[in-house]
Amino acid sequence: MATDLLTITDLHVSVDDKPILRGVNLRMQRGETHALMGPNGSGKSTLGLALMGHPKYVVTQGAIELNGVDLLAMEADARARAGIFMAFQRPVAIPGVKMADFLRHATTNVRFPDRKEGEQLIPMKDFRKELRAKMDHLRMDVEFARRYVNDGFSGGEMKRAEILQMAMLQPKFAILDETDSGLDADAVRLASESIAEIGRNNMGLLIITHHDKLLEHNPPDFTHVMLGGRIVETGGVELAAELYSQGYDRIRRTYPEAEAENRAMLDHDEPQLSAVERE
Amino acid sequence: MTTALQPFGFDTDSFEAFLAQRAEPDWLLSMRRQSWDTYSKLAWPTRDHEEWIRTDIRTFRIENFRPPIQAPPASVAPPGLLTREVELAGACVSINSHSTSHWLAPQLASKGVLFGSLPELLADNADRLRPHLERQIVLPGYDKFAALTSAFWIGGQLLFVPRGVRVELPLHSLAALTADGVDLQKTLVILEEGAEATMLSETASLSVDVEAGNVVGSAPAESRGLHAGITEIVQGAGSRLRYVNLQNWGTGVWHFAHQKARLERDAGLQWTLAALGGKTAKVNQQVELAGKRSECQVNGVMFTEGRQHFSYHTLQHHQAPETRSDFLYKSALQDKSRTVWRGMIKVDPAAQKTDGYQRNDNLLLSDTSRADSIPGLEIEADDVRCTHGSTSGNVEEELIFYACSRGLTRREAVRLIVTGFFQQVLDRITIPSVRDALVNAIAQRVREYR
Repeated sequence: MATDLLTITDLHVSVDDKPILRGVNLRMQRGETHALMGPNGSGKSTLGLALMGHPKYVVTQGAIELNGVDLLAMEADARARAGIFMAFQRPVAIPGVKMADFLRHATTNVRFPDRKEGEQLIPMKDFRKELRAKMDHLRMDVEFARRYVNDGFSGGEMKRAEILQMAMLQPKFAILDETDSGLDADAVRLASESIAEIGRNNMGLLIITHHDKLLEHNPPDFTHVMLGGRIVETGGVELAAELYSQGYDRIRRTYPEAEAENRAMLDHDEPQLSAVERE
Repeated sequence: MTTALQPFGFDTDSFEAFLAQRAEPDWLLSMRRQSWDTYSKLAWPTRDHEEWIRTDIRTFRIENFRPPIQAPPASVAPPGLLTREVELAGACVSINSHSTSHWLAPQLASKGVLFGSLPELLADNADRLRPHLERQIVLPGYDKFAALTSAFWIGGQLLFVPRGVRVELPLHSLAALTADGVDLQKTLVILEEGAEATMLSETASLSVDVEAGNVVGSAPAESRGLHAGITEIVQGAGSRLRYVNLQNWGTGVWHFAHQKARLERDAGLQWTLAALGGKTAKVNQQVELAGKRSECQVNGVMFTEGRQHFSYHTLQHHQAPETRSDFLYKSALQDKSRTVWRGMIKVDPAAQKTDGYQRNDNLLLSDTSRADSIPGLEIEADDVRCTHGSTSGNVEEELIFYACSRGLTRREAVRLIVTGFFQQVLDRITIPSVRDALVNAIAQRVREYR
């Protein structure tokens, strides 16, 4: 059976006319787990946001294709309906919008990509049942569904809410941007296990992380190292282990040109989703 | 003699002709004449007046309108927005100031509740209602519109709930205007000691087939109209009122409203004020917390679009100790529309231990809309807690992107964010049909953002 394929070819991305990615190549099959590692400012989040279609992340060159279909021609909502998902590092709050209402709308659109605005949402009863089951699974209190999206959530709650959304939307490919950051050890373990159960074998996972816990539960088939807006090295699970225990010194020495670009980029602040992280 | 006669305009001849056909008691006619005198002496407000600096009514011409002395060209109005699937205790409808239908559950009538058209109820209860009409908590001399309404009111509603009577189900009133119609009305809501009631009141513009006298739908948006109204709410000790006002005229209607409530000891008022329609709306909303421990919550929900201009002047006047007021207004503005909100918390020297709160939040859905927000405090007591604040801002692109990344279209995302913006104030409204009506009306109005 042919599996879904996401290909990124020679991708160049600028933010506010400042080049951040300078020729990224990546090929992922559904069912594979890829770790994306690299020092701060190397462009990991930028790759994720460009994949998801953030309007500020302008692709100046290259291609992103899902099963040969051009994703760059699609807005973010169409990409979501095509099966792309991103768990954000710092998800924004939407005051006044209940998690359950938001997710019911999102789930309907993603499951019925041809739905027109204003058409029926999936029935409340079925949706509630499914949501409750998934929340039980993630050990989330039912009260969570009645709270406003990310509004006043702790860091841990936000990350779990992102995983819950991934569980409901069942994407083909998911980008997890530091879904383990800002969590205590127990919360990291829970998040890691949940991602493994929901995602592994079923989705293509692109995991951006600094920690080893997440990768312990989700051993990568491939590890990519970013530096200065490029993937400079790709290896297996052993590369992730090396980077975790020994850091990026070897990488920096081996790729001095990319290292220089990385330093230049760090002089500017890398734009991020604007919400303040509440821990 | 070359005097230009305007026998149907708002002049002294037409006023006298109007009085001659009213068959009202002398005390009322004399009140009307006094107000007419005030009206004649007052100038139309201009931008030199404090309250009108930001509100331009130079294109308003009273000559373009006729006093609505004749019966309306239709007798049936469409159902309101606020009462979907709501069981009512009574309802009344007026078109162009004239009552066209009203009913009240007989068991309430037998307890002494009065509800319906003020002029009709006045005919049978003149002596009983006299003190309530003479009270005039909205001063006829406040401005030219208050004077005009005090002199020339033709329609309006009365709700009177006697001491200790609890009206469980809501009462509904709908005031409608046809093209070029005029709604000149006085509304009195009187709750005696310990009484309780819920009143839902709304307005609409109608399109009428004049030949057949049938309503054929809502009016063309731009059709001209005038509303000048006075609403007086007077609550006795310990009474409880939930009052909802939805201004939903077509966008060609001038709306000039004076609304004031006075609360005695331990009285409670939850007042929801929603505004969606009208061309230019100038509203004075005042609450006097006259009795100890009286409390008032105001929930304002406004959505403007096109070239609509809404101007709200609110006063929460703490006159007695331990009173509480909590005013929250939220507006979303689309296109070239504009809102002005000027709120004042006034605390008299006697009103110790009061708690006053006011807040106005504005969400700008276009670069060409504008919201002016001017909160104010005037405090003469030293042991009080008063807070106020206001915000204005755009829909954040990051919120839109977040929702889009979950599969919502841009427009769905903006709608969700806009209704979310209103949720805080909607959550305070304890009547589900009102909440639903407002959410739907707002969601329908939100268009593509940028």
